Amino acid sequence: MKVLGIESSCDETGVAIIDEKGKLLAERLYSQIELHAQYGGVVPELASRDHIRKITPLIKETLKAADLTLNQLDAIAYTAGPGLVGALFVGASVGQSMAWSLGIPSIPVHHMEAHLLVPFIDQASGLQFPFLCLLVSGGHTMLVQANGLGDHQVLGQSRDDAVGEAFDKVAKQLGLGYPGGPAIEKLAKQSISKRDDFPRPMIDHPSLDFSFSGLKTHTLLEYKKAKQLSEEKADIAHAFQQAVTDTLYAKCQQAIEQTGLDTLVVAGGVSANRGLREKFNQLDDVNVIFPSMKFCTDNGVMIAYTGLQYALAEKFVGTNEIKVYPRWSLQQ
Amino acid sequence: MKQIIRSADKMEAMGATLVENLSTPAVIYLHGDLGAGKTTLVRGALRQLGHKGLVKSPTFTLVETYSLDSLEAYHFDLYRISDPEELDYIGIREFCSGSNICFIEWPDLGKPLVPKATMEISIEYAPEGRQLSIVNHSL
Repeated sequence: MKVLGIESSCDETGVAIIDEKGKLLAERLYSQIELHAQYGGVVPELASRDHIRKITPLIKETLKAADLTLNQLDAIAYTAGPGLVGALFVGASVGQSMAWSLGIPSIPVHHMEAHLLVPFIDQASGLQFPFLCLLVSGGHTMLVQANGLGDHQVLGQSRDDAVGEAFDKVAKQLGLGYPGGPAIEKLAKQSISKRDDFPRPMIDHPSLDFSFSGLKTHTLLEYKKAKQLSEEKADIAHAFQQAVTDTLYAKCQQAIEQTGLDTLVVAGGVSANRGLREKFNQLDDVNVIFPSMKFCTDNGVMIAYTGLQYALAEKFVGTNEIKVYPRWSLQQ
Repeated sequence: MKQIIRSADKMEAMGATLVENLSTPAVIYLHGDLGAGKTTLVRGALRQLGHKGLVKSPTFTLVETYSLDSLEAYHFDLYRISDPEELDYIGIREFCSGSNICFIEWPDLGKPLVPKATMEISIEYAPEGRQLSIVNHSL
C-alpha cells in the first residue's frame, strides 16, 4: 500500500509518500526544494501560503523521487484541519480530486494528531500508546495524553502566546535573528552572571495550562529598563530561557504525576533547545523521547503516516465531499 | 480620546467597553509594540461579546475566528505577513463584511490591501502602564 500525504494548513506546503510498513519513500517541502523542471527553468517567487501554485509541481516532484506514478498510489491523505480555511481548501480539493479520479480512498487528517503520531515512524524509539506529549513550537504549546488512534486528551495548552512565538518575539526585540530559539540559546550561553530571576508563569496553578505572554512582556520591559549592553542582553536571554524551561519542565512533571504515564514525547521546534533537553533528561523513571527534528515542523510525512494508520485500521469515512475544519478540536 | 490603563485586567475591561455599542461591520485596527496588550484588549472585547473559551495569540495562525451569538468575530495578526498579497490567501476581504467584527493587529503590514478601519486603537508603553488612544472613524 502506498499513501500520499498533503499538508497545507498554514505556512508550509508539504507532500510525502509512505508504504504500508510506514517506510518513507519520498518527501518534499516547498520551502526546501527547487522546481526548475516544472516551471521551465524559471522559478517564480511565490508568496507564503500560495499553496495553490506550489502543490501540483510538489506532488509531481515527490512521485518522481519515489519512482512512482499516480496509478500506483492506494490512498490520498490530506490535512482537513485545524488551520487557515483557504490554505486547508487547497489540500482538501487537490486530495479529494486526485482520490476521486484515481478511484482510491481519501483520508482527512487532523493536523495535531499527525504531530502526535509521527514519532512512531522511528520504530527504534519503542514508542507505544499511551504516552504524554509536550508539543512546543512557534504555533503550539500543548500537553496531550495520546491513548490511541483518534483518542487523545488535551491536558493543557497555552492561554495566549505559543512558547516558540515568545522566543521569536523576545529575540526580535533583542535584535537577534529568526528563528528566535537558537539565537537566544546561543546568547544565553554567554551570560556570566547566569541571571535567573524571571517569573515562572502559572507554575503554582493547579491546571496544566501555560501562559507565555506575560513572561514575554516582562522580558521586553527588563530589556527596556537595562542599559542594553551586550552582557545585560546575554543575562536577559539566560533568565528568559531558564524561566521557559523550568515552566515547561514543572508542568510536565505535574502531568506525569497526574496521569501515572512514564513515556514523554517532547516534540516541536522548541524541543531542539539544548537547555530544555538537558533539563528533561533529568526526569526520573521517565522515558523521554525527542523525535527527529525534521518531523517536528509542519510536513507531509506526518500526514501520510497518520493517513496510513487510519487506512490500516480501516477507520476512515470514504466521502467525496470537499470539507475542511478550521477549528477542529483534537478531542472530537 | 486618550486614557491610561494600569493593568492587564483594566485592559480587558477597556476592550469590553469598546464593543458595547459597536455597529457592524466593524474593522478595528490595533497599533502597539510587542507586549503592549493588543491581544489582552481583544480578549476583553470577545468576552463581552459572549465568547467563553480561550483567546490565544493569532500570530502563528494569522487569524482566529469566533462564532458568537449574533455575529462572527475575526482576530487577525499581520505580524508575520511579508507581502500584502498574502492577505488574499487568508481571505481577509470576505471576513471583514456583513455583521462581522474584525480586529486587526499590525495593520500597517497589510497596506494597501487591508480593509479600511472603522476604529483605530493605539497602545503605548507609559510609566504608569499603557496609554491608549482611540480614533473612531465611523462617527
